[in-house]
Amino acid sequence: MNALQSVPLNHYILLSAMLFAIGVIGVLVRRNAIIIFMCIELMLNAVNLLMVAFSAHHGDGSGQVFVFFIMAVAAAEVAVGLAILIMIHRNSKTTDIDFLNKLKF
Amino acid sequence: MKELVWLVPLFPLIGFLIIGLFKNNFSKKLAGTIASGAILASFTVSLGIFIELLSGAEKTFTYTLFDWITSGDFSVAIAFLVDPLSSIMLLIITGVGFLIHLYSIGYMHDDEGYAKFFSYLNLFVFFMLLLVLGNNYLLMFAGWEGVGLASYLLIGFWFKNQSYNDAAKKAFIVNRIGDLGFVLGIILIFITFGSINYADVFGSAMSHPSNEPVIVLITLLLFVGAMGKSAQIPLYTWLPDAMAGPTPVSALIHAATMVTAGVYMIARSNVLYSLSPTTLTIVAIVGAVTAVFAATIGILQNDIKKVLAYSTVSQLGYMFLAMGVGAFTGGIFHLATHAFFKALLFLGAGSVIHAMGGEQDIRKMGGLKKYLPITYMTFLIGTIAISGIPPFSGFFSKDEILAHAFAANPLLWILGIAGSIMTAFYMFRLFYLTFSGTFRGTEHQKHHLHESPSTMTIPLIVLAVLAALAGFIGVPEVLGGSHLLEHFLDPVFEDSKLILFTNHLSHSTEYMLMGTAVGILILVILFARNKYFTNNEIPKSDEDKKSVFANLVYNKYYVDEIYDAIIVKPLDFLSGVFFKFFELKGIDSIVNSTGKLVIGLSDTFRRLQTGHVGFYIFMMVISIVAILFFNLI
Amino acid sequence: MITSALLFFPLLAGIALFFVKGEQVKKLALSAALIEFFISLVAYFQFDKAIANAQFAMSTPWVKSLGINFSIGMDGISFLLVLLTTFLLPLIILSANRNTYKNPSSLYALMLLMQFGLIGVFTAQDAFVFYIFWEIALLPIYFIALLWGGAEKVRITFKFFIYTLAGSLLMLTALIYLYFQTPAPHTFDLQTLYTLHLSQGQQNWIFWPFFIAFAIKMPVFPFHSWLADTYTDAPMPGTMLLSGIMSKMGVYGAIRLLLPIAPLGVQNWGTTAIVLAVIGVLYTSLLAMYQKDYKRLVAYSSAAHVGLIAAGVFAMNHQGLSGAVIQMVAHGISAFGLFFVIDILFLRTGTRQINELGGLRLVAPNFATAALIILLSSIALPLTSGFIGEFLLLAGIYQYSGMLAAFGGLTTILGAVYMLRSYQSAFLGDHTTVSSNFSDLVKEEKLIIVPLILVIFFIGIYPKPLMEIAEPSVKQLISIIELSVK
Repeated sequence: MNALQSVPLNHYILLSAMLFAIGVIGVLVRRNAIIIFMCIELMLNAVNLLMVAFSAHHGDGSGQVFVFFIMAVAAAEVAVGLAILIMIHRNSKTTDIDFLNKLKF
Repeated sequence: MKELVWLVPLFPLIGFLIIGLFKNNFSKKLAGTIASGAILASFTVSLGIFIELLSGAEKTFTYTLFDWITSGDFSVAIAFLVDPLSSIMLLIITGVGFLIHLYSIGYMHDDEGYAKFFSYLNLFVFFMLLLVLGNNYLLMFAGWEGVGLASYLLIGFWFKNQSYNDAAKKAFIVNRIGDLGFVLGIILIFITFGSINYADVFGSAMSHPSNEPVIVLITLLLFVGAMGKSAQIPLYTWLPDAMAGPTPVSALIHAATMVTAGVYMIARSNVLYSLSPTTLTIVAIVGAVTAVFAATIGILQNDIKKVLAYSTVSQLGYMFLAMGVGAFTGGIFHLATHAFFKALLFLGAGSVIHAMGGEQDIRKMGGLKKYLPITYMTFLIGTIAISGIPPFSGFFSKDEILAHAFAANPLLWILGIAGSIMTAFYMFRLFYLTFSGTFRGTEHQKHHLHESPSTMTIPLIVLAVLAALAGFIGVPEVLGGSHLLEHFLDPVFEDSKLILFTNHLSHSTEYMLMGTAVGILILVILFARNKYFTNNEIPKSDEDKKSVFANLVYNKYYVDEIYDAIIVKPLDFLSGVFFKFFELKGIDSIVNSTGKLVIGLSDTFRRLQTGHVGFYIFMMVISIVAILFFNLI
Repeated sequence: MITSALLFFPLLAGIALFFVKGEQVKKLALSAALIEFFISLVAYFQFDKAIANAQFAMSTPWVKSLGINFSIGMDGISFLLVLLTTFLLPLIILSANRNTYKNPSSLYALMLLMQFGLIGVFTAQDAFVFYIFWEIALLPIYFIALLWGGAEKVRITFKFFIYTLAGSLLMLTALIYLYFQTPAPHTFDLQTLYTLHLSQGQQNWIFWPFFIAFAIKMPVFPFHSWLADTYTDAPMPGTMLLSGIMSKMGVYGAIRLLLPIAPLGVQNWGTTAIVLAVIGVLYTSLLAMYQKDYKRLVAYSSAAHVGLIAAGVFAMNHQGLSGAVIQMVAHGISAFGLFFVIDILFLRTGTRQINELGGLRLVAPNFATAALIILLSSIALPLTSGFIGEFLLLAGIYQYSGMLAAFGGLTTILGAVYMLRSYQSAFLGDHTTVSSNFSDLVKEEKLIIVPLILVIFFIGIYPKPLMEIAEPSVKQLISIIELSVK
């Protein structure tokens, strides 16, 4: 019985649910694009945590493989997303998403 | 000779084509000669066929040219039927037709549309021959509508005048109403009997019971067609207006031939009608009522051609009365005699109008006897003939009809006698006002009064002889004759005689009826003579006050106005309402608003795209939650 | 082989014409249309009048994965319509040659492409090919109306396009449904579709998408509201194509697809369809009575005639169908003739308002006579082309219902009313200021009018050469229908 398994599964679920909820609320209420970005990462990591927990609980490694994929994709996403954000900031001197409403109608 | 029957309609067709196509290169004389020559050639062939039928044993003969329409079990050919009935019609059409062509050479001499006129006349004769020669209903219908076209063209011959065009259009459209009935009748014949050839239809009809609903319907539909073409109530209003055409046209088309097509059609379908006593009763009533009704209008008309027009309507009524009481021979007999005396009267009227320089109002005529002696004499013969005084032709034919009417129902006889009293009155009124007394026209007209040229008077004389003597082909048994016409037509009507039960009058009754009729007629004529010859009464001018009833009759019972108010106006109104309201505001705007609805909806929904990223994310989260929520439940 | 020639020659000629500059395009287009007509004449003499099935057939795999074959061929009904198309197109081009249009090469090219589409529709033996050509035929006429049309062309052509496209999409759904009903591997082949024998319920609903698609094209009441605007606003060659040939596509589609595939559906909804058609006949006749614009009047009268054809088709009997077939040809000819008459009027006087004209018969007797003959054939005078079809149609409808035939027959009266009224107003009477300098027919116009009138009388007097072409196919169609109905 390793350290991971000594904590009951419910705790992991609860923690990652809280992390995910924090992420969602952050995305919904914050206006700064970078913080929204960070909140999205938070949500991804909440899922990662859950994956790892279940993987250990079931003794099946494939869940952890998914986590690696998610991390890789998240990294790529951050790279592209931050690049877009920098371009936006260069052009409009702001990262407030309320100003970025040109794409409508 | 019978094998040459195709030549009969061919000559006028060729005449029409030659004159119609090359009329600009022709002299007037040539056009008239070609047209008259074509009809004369047809007449010669017709006469040959007639003589052959008289002598030969074979009474019917069909000449097939080629298949016309074939569709499934429906098949109809362009084929000509020669039998006693069609050969009599051929003689009338080509004979009277030729005389009228001849007359037109003189009458239309100064008209610029001279060649066109003759081409139309030839076209008319062609279609009329097609009508009587067809061996099936559809070919009859082709001729039927064709004569309608020719009549349209000829009524509106002077097309610069829009009121003439109105008359032409009215004639065509009213005829079309009847024609629709005719077409539906033909279709029903096809559905019922599987064929529309006379021989097949009548052959298989014989096995049907009397008064079978479908045959009643067929005969009624056909009769609607006859009402249109032969100007019976309620579709008669076009015929008086049709007098807008040149007078020879009125004589040929609107008196002698075309308008009798309906009578011919019923005579041709006599088997069907005999199987449907209900329709026969209706035909008889319509005929009798028309005879009286039109005669009453004739009494007060002052236009020489209008009087004759109403008289034609009335005489056609007699023919239908004859058909209705099963006196098919009598109807055809009257058709023939009427063709002679009415053509004579119209041509006489034409001669008068010609002399008067176009004046048609009898109130402005008078005393023409000494200026137009030949016209006067021939017109007198025509008048006596139409009034039914023995031994002129009208007496025999009308007497036969009235005798049959009496046998069928004395009430019909009374109507018939009433009609013939009025006929005698208005005809003699017309005659005296025109020819006796003193001239009432202008000095200018008086100066120009002259007898018509010989091309016009010769047809008058020939027709006068026919009108006087034609009755002798149908002298009834009671008067010691043998009724040649009846024997000749027997093969056509023998089937009907088997089906139809007719009362036979005793000789004494027939003598009595004849005596009564002639007695009353002579009294009426004397009355008219007293009024218009001895006392020289002139009808009041239009401005004078008349009694309410006289006004009603003078204005033809306002039937035209009534039709206008209940049919023409509402239809026009309806078309306006349909276009402006239903079409533009209704259907079209429904279609357009479907388009507008799509545009409107898209306008509403695109506003959801606010551009606020926060809003998008919010919607996304809400949607995900909703999806999860509904999926978990 | 000859079918492919008939089909693809106009396509090639049309594409080539796009690249021709200047006035010579007129002559080239005319000669292309004449060659096409000549090919169809050759086909006429090779056509076996005893065979009911498609002749000169050709089939090559097209989209193999979906089992679609490019199969074309002509049975009697198709061939008559192909003949109508190839006969009318040279006349339409001749009449267009009298005018000057901007960008003539595109116009003539589009007219030939239109012919390509129409012949494709009429010769398709595969439902998918039929659908493709159905849409192809829409495109050239859309551009013709859009680029050379009148004042409101954008609005009107847009409406026309969307309207007909909506109908075709309905048809496409129905076709795809049918496709999946065929035994695997699925196919769009018409003969297979004919033998599907769908259940009553399936046929009942499949009737509607087809009916609406065809009803829009014909058009049948109440789907007709695009017609008058489009006919009036389109340039004259476009109007002639629309009324002369394209309006027959709907009827043809009903004969080719709806009747044999869903006879039970037609039987079930037939009364509705015929009643709609007859209402349309009377309604458009009444609308025609009100019109003052000659072109619009003829547009409505055209709708009335096609309505009667539709009623005859849905009566589903021999007389109704062969009447419909022959009337399609006759109406194509008389509709073209009437629009040509109006074209002449408009070119000379600059107006189409009936009451501004008058007395043309005084100044242009030949023209007036020609117009009268065409007009009489349009109101079905016996011995002209219009009569035979109209009589057979009425006979067909009568076998379905006497009452409906009587109501439908009223159009012969109303037709006489509006046609003779307009004739009287424009041609008779005394001439007006507009018409006093009117000149009679010139040589180019006679070149169109004379063959037209000859054909009108030929079909009216001796229709056998045309009717016997369609007769076996109609008979076969009836037997297909009777097989499923029983």
